[in-house]
Amino acid sequence: MRQRTYISLALIILLAIFSGWLALSNPTIRIGDIGREVKVHLGLDLQGGLRVLLQADVPAGTQLDAEQMKVARNIIEKRVNELRTLGVVEPLIQLQGTNRIVVELPGIQDPDEVIKVFGGTGLLEFVDAGDTPLTEGQEIVTTGPSAGNSCSGAVAQTAPTPTPTIAPSSTVSPTNPITATVVYTTVMTGDCLQTASVSFDPTTNQPQIAFSMRSSGVNIFGNHTTNNVGKYLAIALDKRVISSPVINSPITGGDGVIEGRFTLDEANNLAVQLKFGSLPIPLRIETTTAIGPTLGQDSVNRSIVAGMIGVAIVALFMIFYYRLPGVLAVIALTIYGFIVFAIYKVGIPGLFPYVTLTLPGIAGFVLSLGVAVDGNILIFERMKEELREGRPLPLAIEAGFERAWPSIRDSNISTLITSVILLWFGSSFGASIVFGFAITLMIGVLVGVFTSVFVTRTFLRVLIDLFPNIGLWWYGVGSISRRSDKSFAPTAE
Amino acid sequence: MIALVYHWAQFGIPFALAIDFTGGTNWEIVDISRQPTTDEVRAIYAKYGIRDAVPQPETLEGKPGVLIRSSEVRPEVKEQITADLKKLLGNFTEVRFESAGPAIGAEVSQSAVIAVGMASVFILLYLTYAFRKAPHPFRYGVAAIVAMLHDVLVVLGLAAIFGLLFGWQVDALFLTALLTVIGFSVHDTIVVFDRIRENLTRLRGMPFDNVVNHSIMQTLDRSINTQLVVLFTLTALTLFGGVTIRQFVLTMLIGILSGTYSSIFNAAQILVVWEHGEVGNFFRRLTGRQRQATAS
Repeated sequence: MRQRTYISLALIILLAIFSGWLALSNPTIRIGDIGREVKVHLGLDLQGGLRVLLQADVPAGTQLDAEQMKVARNIIEKRVNELRTLGVVEPLIQLQGTNRIVVELPGIQDPDEVIKVFGGTGLLEFVDAGDTPLTEGQEIVTTGPSAGNSCSGAVAQTAPTPTPTIAPSSTVSPTNPITATVVYTTVMTGDCLQTASVSFDPTTNQPQIAFSMRSSGVNIFGNHTTNNVGKYLAIALDKRVISSPVINSPITGGDGVIEGRFTLDEANNLAVQLKFGSLPIPLRIETTTAIGPTLGQDSVNRSIVAGMIGVAIVALFMIFYYRLPGVLAVIALTIYGFIVFAIYKVGIPGLFPYVTLTLPGIAGFVLSLGVAVDGNILIFERMKEELREGRPLPLAIEAGFERAWPSIRDSNISTLITSVILLWFGSSFGASIVFGFAITLMIGVLVGVFTSVFVTRTFLRVLIDLFPNIGLWWYGVGSISRRSDKSFAPTAE
Repeated sequence: MIALVYHWAQFGIPFALAIDFTGGTNWEIVDISRQPTTDEVRAIYAKYGIRDAVPQPETLEGKPGVLIRSSEVRPEVKEQITADLKKLLGNFTEVRFESAGPAIGAEVSQSAVIAVGMASVFILLYLTYAFRKAPHPFRYGVAAIVAMLHDVLVVLGLAAIFGLLFGWQVDALFLTALLTVIGFSVHDTIVVFDRIRENLTRLRGMPFDNVVNHSIMQTLDRSINTQLVVLFTLTALTLFGGVTIRQFVLTMLIGILSGTYSSIFNAAQILVVWEHGEVGNFFRRLTGRQRQATAS
């Protein structure tokens, strides 16, 4: 018994030192060749940034192919990674449910510029405009991708509703050309492009996009430009005209340039979209949250100070009210804080890499801290009761823990049930706020039970072992304590 | 509860829902050259087919700013509105731009309600199991859930009152505060119930009323102390914390106060009354008491 108590104490001290080290410093941990910086990950509501929820833009009831959503996610990820120049660090791109993709970009400065990357599917079409130039920005109707004008077979396969190939002649048959929408023929789609990059017009220094085509594209493009010299070939991105040049001469070599009135950022974004191809599923921006960094920072600083004041008052209260056990509880709760923050930082291997701290997450932490303090209070109150009934100290301590245990167990299990259900709902539905709350609550409750039951108990056992003759005053019981030294029976009212 | 009903009658909904649930856009900008009038803002938004824009002046870190609420502003339109606003208000800084489509809001609120409902059912089951040795274990679960619903009503009533007075909206953060309150309420109730369970075996032969009363007295110290601890933390956060979380923290503060109150004065009483078969009678008293609690 005694020996086990001291082994427990040693384990607690080791754990406290290790978690305290993780919680207070930001070391880089190396396991094998995987190095990882350990630090607190702040959510967007705390450090500012952009969060975009993309939803598959398909008619209700359409069955979505999980594989296609994965491809879409990967393309979005590639596009985002190209935007490092705009200050994107640690982007988070996740599938959510069956039809959504969440993109979180902490700390970016110019959300408007980034949003454009998600704006469209990135479907680029070279459209036969005939003899009239199209105005930039105009929305047009096209025949869209088909086997005849696209290069990867995948496009025809993955199109949600495979439309039969429409012969160019049949499309240009408007019964009333004045009111009917003109349907333009798609000559070639963007997937025929091999590469795309930003270059500058040597004379005007205007940014433009240089591209080269795959071999199958070279033929399509070569044929069309040879037969239509002098006509307009509009370039449309997601059915919106971005440029409407004249075909000056046949382009048979496979290299070309898209000119338009682009800013450098626009040209960059467009090149990124072209390079990584179009999305297999059209996505629509469902929610956007952009938080400026200043709002988050100010709020965090003030709240941290406030939280510290609150915790300090709680510590003082515990010490004044429960005296010596109160001091032990405060030490135990400090260890609790260390362990919880260490888990926030390093996560639980195999389950999650780290916990992103958000405002709701802090609420979950506060709740779990309250529950952890409550665990100590429950035990100490029971202990005092036993002492008042005249039990000797070591027995009273053990009885206090034993009696308080069912309360602690049942109340914490019910809180755990709540947090598990919320966790599940938060991760499968769009409610990331609920998720953030539930995860910190769950960690906090588990660690809280451990500290209030195991750590505080070990401390108290060590205390009575080292200093067996401390007066009962130190345990928060008044001088009337030795009222009925001999009676061990519960006082029957 | 009165506030809830009043708000319901007045606006067709018991409390004002924020864009998290209804869809729409909140746009907060700061460092503007002057406060725009409602008409000026409306005129700009109307150009892009948005007719319900409402600007609300505010001050952030000593700088003038404005929060514009409206129905959803699509990213395509946002750029154009930004340009127009900059013409009017100078080169401002964007503090926050939150925009949600209408579909997602409905889904979030729906899944939240389902989650709370499922949590209730599981807690009911667990409590029935945990109290299986006490007579009528099912009652404990029901009483705990009823006490929890009382707290939910108090918090929602609060949202309605503050909605009327200060224009509070029920947003996703409010939802978390509510979840916290629920967690604490059940936690608190269980501690009292546990004591009843224990005393039922220790003090055999004592009338049920006395056992319950005795248990409440025994747990009172603990209830008050735990309450104080939470109160300290949340009061400090309310007084000194950042503006963004004030509404959130205040909601938790009042909800948790209500939680302790209800586990002592509602949950335990339900057990007693049920024991005496006065359920019908009791519900009349309960509703009377809740009205009091919410209105105060």
